[in-house]
Amino acid sequence: MIETLLPGLFLRYNYYMAVIIMLIGLYAMIAKGNLIKKIIGLNIFQTAIFLFYISSSDIIGGTAPILTSDPASVYVNPLPHVLILTAIVVAVSTTAVGLALVIRIYEAYGTIEEDELIAMEAKE
Amino acid sequence: MIIDHFPVLVVVLPLVGAFVTLLAGWADRRLCFPIAMATTFIQFCISLQILSRVMQTGPLHYNLGNWLPPWGIEYVIDQLNGFVLVVILFLCVLTCLYSYRSIHSEIDEKKIPAFYTVFLLLVTGVCGIAVTGDLFNLYVFLEISSLAAYALVALGREKRSLVSSFTYLVMGSVSACFILLGIGHLYIATGTLNMADLARLLPPLYGSTVIQSAFIFFIIGLSIKTALFPLHLWLPDAYRYSPSAVTVLLASVVSKIGVYALIRILFSVFTPAFIIIEIPVMEVFCWLAAVAIIGGSVLAIAQTDLKRMLAYSSVSQMGYILLGIGIADNLAVTGGILQILNHAVMKGCLFMIAGAFIYTSGIRSIDDLRGIARTMPLTAAAFVIAAASMIGIPPTAGFMSKWFIALGALESGQWIFVLVILASSLLTAIYFWKVIEYMYFRDPGTRCAEVVSTARDPPAGMLVPILILAAACVLFGIFVSIPLEVIEPFVTGILGGI
Repeated sequence: MIETLLPGLFLRYNYYMAVIIMLIGLYAMIAKGNLIKKIIGLNIFQTAIFLFYISSSDIIGGTAPILTSDPASVYVNPLPHVLILTAIVVAVSTTAVGLALVIRIYEAYGTIEEDELIAMEAKE
Repeated sequence: MIIDHFPVLVVVLPLVGAFVTLLAGWADRRLCFPIAMATTFIQFCISLQILSRVMQTGPLHYNLGNWLPPWGIEYVIDQLNGFVLVVILFLCVLTCLYSYRSIHSEIDEKKIPAFYTVFLLLVTGVCGIAVTGDLFNLYVFLEISSLAAYALVALGREKRSLVSSFTYLVMGSVSACFILLGIGHLYIATGTLNMADLARLLPPLYGSTVIQSAFIFFIIGLSIKTALFPLHLWLPDAYRYSPSAVTVLLASVVSKIGVYALIRILFSVFTPAFIIIEIPVMEVFCWLAAVAIIGGSVLAIAQTDLKRMLAYSSVSQMGYILLGIGIADNLAVTGGILQILNHAVMKGCLFMIAGAFIYTSGIRSIDDLRGIARTMPLTAAAFVIAAASMIGIPPTAGFMSKWFIALGALESGQWIFVLVILASSLLTAIYFWKVIEYMYFRDPGTRCAEVVSTARDPPAGMLVPILILAAACVLFGIFVSIPLEVIEPFVTGILGGI
């Protein structure tokens, strides 16, 4: 198992990094009780996916995709970048909605700690 | 010709309508409802026209900005899309009509323009998912509809609606991230995002782990979106604490579009050759759906709150759709897709009735419904019809979809799922009979007498959509050939090669 994984680890370490960052985000979302920290976890999770896309399109020595007369020019696939620009917009709006909800929750309950919220709901 | 642009107009119209509603709301709040109503109604007419054209001339292709696929974004409408589009817009029109009276009593006056704006954005999102033939476009529309749904859930008057909306947001975003990862894997492996192009390029790559993990990401992401049984935890609270009109939208529009996306990805991006022969994933699907059907019903029996009971019953009924797809037999898939229509109609009707009880008397608990049929006769009668349809008593619509799924299960020799359907029908009968018994046969007693005696059938704006949906429960059972005419060509088209 380890023999098959190791060469890939050095060749494609960018994908492993993306997976590690993604898991850190997922951990934060599950383990942290503070709602703001959960949103930060969500952002880390999303950023890992953005890195995954961006690094997948990169070529060593590649340039910007501009039409030149040189047929041998190596350029980077621009489509993942464009897709991720859209995904960033989506992530920003998700964060905005999430933070707005956290503000409303704080106004309504006076706390943003998950365990305190659960305790308050159980009391009602 | 404007008629050629109908596939894109069905998405653009509510988007423009949303901004017009917002601007009009500044001038006069009373303008918002007519604008939203007109927009959804025109969309519904357009969707009917699209479906009739698809039935006559086959799938419609629309290239956005005249860029040829697979480079440009393509909107494709075949029988399944057209059918789903008509179903969800039918429900959107009725929900919009229903919301006129119900939402005024449930949210602050000054939030009315915001409600209709976000409502139209949600309609934009779901229509976009329904018409698009491009995977990344599907993800963007999925996020538009989900973000609108989070905001709508948070509009509820009780403060717990905020917490349930937050849970929904976290779960929904994670599921969307998984879908985005799946799309990324497919793009890296094939270099295209067009669904038809992917279906052409994928078969030689079916053995690749990249494709298989992409498939798993899609399944997990969409299972959270459709609240498949072990991943349904966000659903009961989101349904329970949102305003009545929003619950109707979530249960009959948003959940249906998630299932549609699942069917599209299972059968049109990955072909039956992959999901049935390459990875035996359908077996797993059937068992998960069976657990959802039984588990949802059992949990529904334990509930005392009417809306929460209906929410768990949704988990169970969505299991039928997935079971039909999972058996992957001509008849069962037909039944599963038929259930999209039937469940939208039945559950829409039931949640509208639950909202009507809250509107007229403030009753949320099943226990307080004692003897309410005396003062709200029409509402109670509609509830009985919709409940009969949920249980699956012929000649209602619910019977037809269960019948097809059961026939499909028998034909492919998986008789155990017939037992599951039978058992679940019994369990469904138990929890609906409890409500019917309280409404018709219990004496109000001293505790509920005052509330029950002052309750009246809701105003026409709410009663008309309830009665239309109750009538539809029976009509689609008797005239089942109308939806079948649309579904069957699609099912034979996708499963013909097996």
